[in-house]
Amino acid sequence: MSEIFGVPVQALMGQLMLGLVNGSFYAMLSLGLAVIFGMLNIINFAHGALYMMGAMFAWMGLNYFGIGYWWSLLLAPLGVGLVGILIERSMLRWLYKLDHLYGLLLTFGLALIIEGLFRDQYGVSGQPYSIPEELTGAFNLGFMFLPKYRAWVILASLTVCFATWYVIEKTPLGAYLRAATENPQLTQAFGINVPLMVMLTYGFGVALAGFAGVLAAPALQVSPLMGSNLIIVVFAVVVIGGMGSILGSIVTGLGLGIVEGLTKVFYPEASATVVFVIMAIVLLLRPAGLFGREK
Amino acid sequence: MKRKLIGALVGAAVMSMTAGQALAQAKAPAAKGMAAKPAGVKLSGEMVKIGVLTDMSGVYSDLGGQGSVTSAQMAIDDFKAQAKPGWKIELVYADHQNKADVGSNKAREWYDTQGVDMMTDVLNSAVALAVSKVTLEKKRVLIDAGAATTRLTNEDCTPYTVHYVYDTYALANGGGKAVVKQGGDSWFFLTADYAFGHSLEKDTADVVKANGGKVLGAVRHPLNASDFSSFLLQAQASKAKIVGLANAGGDTINSIKAANEFGLTKNQKLVGLLTQITDIHALGLPTTQGMMFTEGFYWNLNAETRDWSRRYFAKMKKMPSMLQAGVYSAVLTYLKAVQAAGTDEADAVMKQLKSMTINDMFAKNGKIREDGRMVHDMFLVEVKKQAESKEPWDYYHVRSVIPGSEAFQPLSLSRCPLVKK
Repeated sequence: MSEIFGVPVQALMGQLMLGLVNGSFYAMLSLGLAVIFGMLNIINFAHGALYMMGAMFAWMGLNYFGIGYWWSLLLAPLGVGLVGILIERSMLRWLYKLDHLYGLLLTFGLALIIEGLFRDQYGVSGQPYSIPEELTGAFNLGFMFLPKYRAWVILASLTVCFATWYVIEKTPLGAYLRAATENPQLTQAFGINVPLMVMLTYGFGVALAGFAGVLAAPALQVSPLMGSNLIIVVFAVVVIGGMGSILGSIVTGLGLGIVEGLTKVFYPEASATVVFVIMAIVLLLRPAGLFGREK
Repeated sequence: MKRKLIGALVGAAVMSMTAGQALAQAKAPAAKGMAAKPAGVKLSGEMVKIGVLTDMSGVYSDLGGQGSVTSAQMAIDDFKAQAKPGWKIELVYADHQNKADVGSNKAREWYDTQGVDMMTDVLNSAVALAVSKVTLEKKRVLIDAGAATTRLTNEDCTPYTVHYVYDTYALANGGGKAVVKQGGDSWFFLTADYAFGHSLEKDTADVVKANGGKVLGAVRHPLNASDFSSFLLQAQASKAKIVGLANAGGDTINSIKAANEFGLTKNQKLVGLLTQITDIHALGLPTTQGMMFTEGFYWNLNAETRDWSRRYFAKMKKMPSMLQAGVYSAVLTYLKAVQAAGTDEADAVMKQLKSMTINDMFAKNGKIREDGRMVHDMFLVEVKKQAESKEPWDYYHVRSVIPGSEAFQPLSLSRCPLVKK
């Protein structure tokens, strides 16, 4: 069997696959952040908490109302989106004119409150959520045993990411959005309801987080801490990709998932830090990020 | 400029708070000096103050956390009801966030300014080692119920630290030995990358080798890793019969969950080295049935444990982990020792503690050795199948009772300088 640096190629392929799965989560979460930052100029620290909320909604739906996984995939993001709209209407919209720092502090505070509420109610060990019937079992890819569920995660996430990118970059609606980002006053003068679009964008951005949460529920333990474990890495992904860049966040998310996966093979102790090392290097060489434009 | 202003404001707020506390403390003794003249018990600050330092909100907060605070309070209430002491007992608690520096700073603050006499829980080995050093320096008492590392009673032992509930040696010796004897003779470890994980891996590897097994490798994962699939794939590739999980809390839960998903459990057996009842509850029996491990306490053991645990359940809506049950016993034992010694002065209390025999719902004929190890029986348990479980939280078959003398490291092997050989 051939080897690369003492690691069998088969094992390496397996790890690449898993890196892609984790990368899918990073991509979806950082995409939401990028959309929100691009439109609202808000650094949404509550993103991790809303991702956790998506997973918790799925669990609650199943245990209190008997709503299955597939319906949750639709309903939980809607619920999270509504919560997002509520946050935007009641709190965030007063902060657009102010420094980034205020939005960051507000969303950070919200994240702590949301997490605290769920932790108080459910504890940190979390709740089990089983994989839907249709997706149990695994594909034997020859080089690895890939659970069907993980394959579904990659598929679903890529579809959602692509659709988002398409809507924003290629449709008239996306064009309005981009125009409103560039110059809100002028766009409003053309008769486009900018505040409504901003509200819906925030709702959509956090709904993406909720969707990622539902996808994660069967794969990871549904726990109030699941968001805070992930959010810092996702922020690093956004910084590396370039704040506000749609394509950047998708590509970087997937790429960093793979890099992290490889680190877990060659030097597992560093797997929690490798993303930040890359972030430091990127910031030194390209302060606006790999796909970002300097303003 | 803005930052400086905020800094100054926070500084002023903290100063005013601590000043207020100091004032309150200065007033307190005068106020109750006459009222509560203890019958022959000499106390510092006119009261016994107990500090529960634990993880209140992180990965280990279900193992200790609020549950530990509750059981410490139960111990104080029970002691007051039984012994009717003429002195005051106070409880404080804080979150160490699993950070050694936060923990040692808190310990310093409690000992220096709050007059804390005894600290307990202190889960997380890294924090425990740091707090133990502060305790030695300040000459108070640490009865650690939560940490696992054997260093507390070996290289880093002190005259003021008691290690109460379990340690990595006992976990390895119970679960590890039983598994090797059943034919699980090749091992691969999934290890949390810090003091505790390393200690647990090493102790288990020693037991495996001593019983004729071999260790094929290990992979170290960061504390709080969210995804374990990649580590499990490496464990799978090792072809070891047994995959030992040298981690705890949320990490163990996510490892077990991913192992099931990736089909690892079809050809290999998963052994949680520090699995606790809260983990089993979180994962459910279908995922965990058949797992074997060592526990220091099980609520459904006998009438006494059931009785106490139901009281605990009424407050917490959960059954206690061995840590939480241990905190109760530790606080109760400490208070009895203060009563018997007639003082809360650390040397006298420690002398008393080491001469006592501990008998309560947690320990039967428990003894605290000169190296600080509390020796009591441990249990080898196997997780029940769903069909065998008769009520909520009815999760274990107790397969054997490991007598304290076998469960813990013998004194002759101790590397603690306090042990006279």
